[in-house]
Amino acid sequence: MEEQDINIKITDRDGVEHEVVAPTDMAMNLMEVVRSYELAPEGTIGVCGGMAMCASCQCYVESDTELPEMQDDEEAMLSEAFNVKDNSRLGCQIQMTPAMEGLKVTLAPES
Amino acid sequence: MIKTDILIIGAGPTGLFTVFEAGLLKLKCHLIDALPQAGGQCSELYPKKPIYDIPGFPEVLAGDLTQNLLEQSKQFEPGFTLGERAETIEKQEDGSFIVTTNKGTKHQAPIVAIAGGLGSFEPRKPLIPNIVSFEDHGVEYFIKDPEKYRGKRVVISGGGDSALDWSIFLAEVASEVTLIHRRNEFRGALDSVEKVQELKSQGKINLITPAEVINIVGDGKVKGVVVAQSQHIEKEFVVEADHFIPLFGLSPKLGPIANWGLEIEKNAIKVNNALDYQTNIPGIYAIGDVNTYPGKLKLILCGFHEATLMCQSAYQRINPGKKYVLKYTTVSGIDGFDGSRKESPKAVVKAIN
Repeated sequence: MEEQDINIKITDRDGVEHEVVAPTDMAMNLMEVVRSYELAPEGTIGVCGGMAMCASCQCYVESDTELPEMQDDEEAMLSEAFNVKDNSRLGCQIQMTPAMEGLKVTLAPES
Repeated sequence: MIKTDILIIGAGPTGLFTVFEAGLLKLKCHLIDALPQAGGQCSELYPKKPIYDIPGFPEVLAGDLTQNLLEQSKQFEPGFTLGERAETIEKQEDGSFIVTTNKGTKHQAPIVAIAGGLGSFEPRKPLIPNIVSFEDHGVEYFIKDPEKYRGKRVVISGGGDSALDWSIFLAEVASEVTLIHRRNEFRGALDSVEKVQELKSQGKINLITPAEVINIVGDGKVKGVVVAQSQHIEKEFVVEADHFIPLFGLSPKLGPIANWGLEIEKNAIKVNNALDYQTNIPGIYAIGDVNTYPGKLKLILCGFHEATLMCQSAYQRINPGKKYVLKYTTVSGIDGFDGSRKESPKAVVKAIN
């Protein structure tokens, strides 16, 4: 299954960049990848479990990777979140697919 | 002083199921929760969402699961202290604990079971530099007593259900209601959105979108808010107000429990998972999402299991040396503290001629 793995770069909330390998065949999203590598303490990311209801997995997308289009619930949540920028997305809404190869993100501050 | 056998911190699914398991062992429970209703995340965050991994329920809505758990344990007459956050714990000479809430309500029990999930839900505060100094001086994150706003000028910010619903409610109470949101679109029940539209047309709600409150003006108390609006051109202006109510939802924080002397790891309480989910303080247990141990999974079904084993250990602590063996509810039925009895119907012995 290794050929299905993708490489992504995640900068944590302390500014440290991590190069990680994510599987594309386990229906994982970016928030779950961050949790699986423990790049943010438990309880500070993915609080709602991935329902686009808490914005604790907000991240800034820094690569020009073509991302899945934003759905209404993600857009609504980001409109109520803090520290939002033009390149903000919710990690829980970004599925790990082969198209995400080379994705580079920075985690937004905890709020 | 509220006295009980097991004091449960947190009225989510794990806490509610503890009442049932404790009841089978004739132990009484009382629950404290910072939210005004039982159910924890299931009722606060996603009451209308389905859960698919509760054994025996191919699909159940989180809100329905909460109702079922309340129904399942009601004959064991649990007590509730809702809308209050457990703040301090003091060990007594007799080995029992006194837990006091932020509102001063005292509870005493020989056993404390922390079923606090991710923590107590705290309001998410907007990033306004001087907001903290105005808290309780015109800035409120919850509306406890709507009468407080009668005849006052109120600014509400937020784009969800609570911002919409309170704008609607206060439109009839306050002298002036201004609703500010970063976008033109609101996320809420359709009839709430329509009602706000109607009140706006009638001039009862002053709607400012897309805009954001970026500062608070006042001298020791709120006199107005600075609003940045970005429609057509960027502009900043002051909206005079007596109260500013930011409603940006709630986020769970471990809170005061973190200072109870318990061993904490990864924002969770370490417990003995080889035995009974007891913490490093004998008599205090942690069950459900709030605990951690090797291999921990934050699942409701795991919380149920942990609650069940915890109750057996609590029974031993409360009744040292007293004999007991596990009984099946199908065999022994359930005797409620309210005098009710549930049991399986007796088999009929009758000859067939």
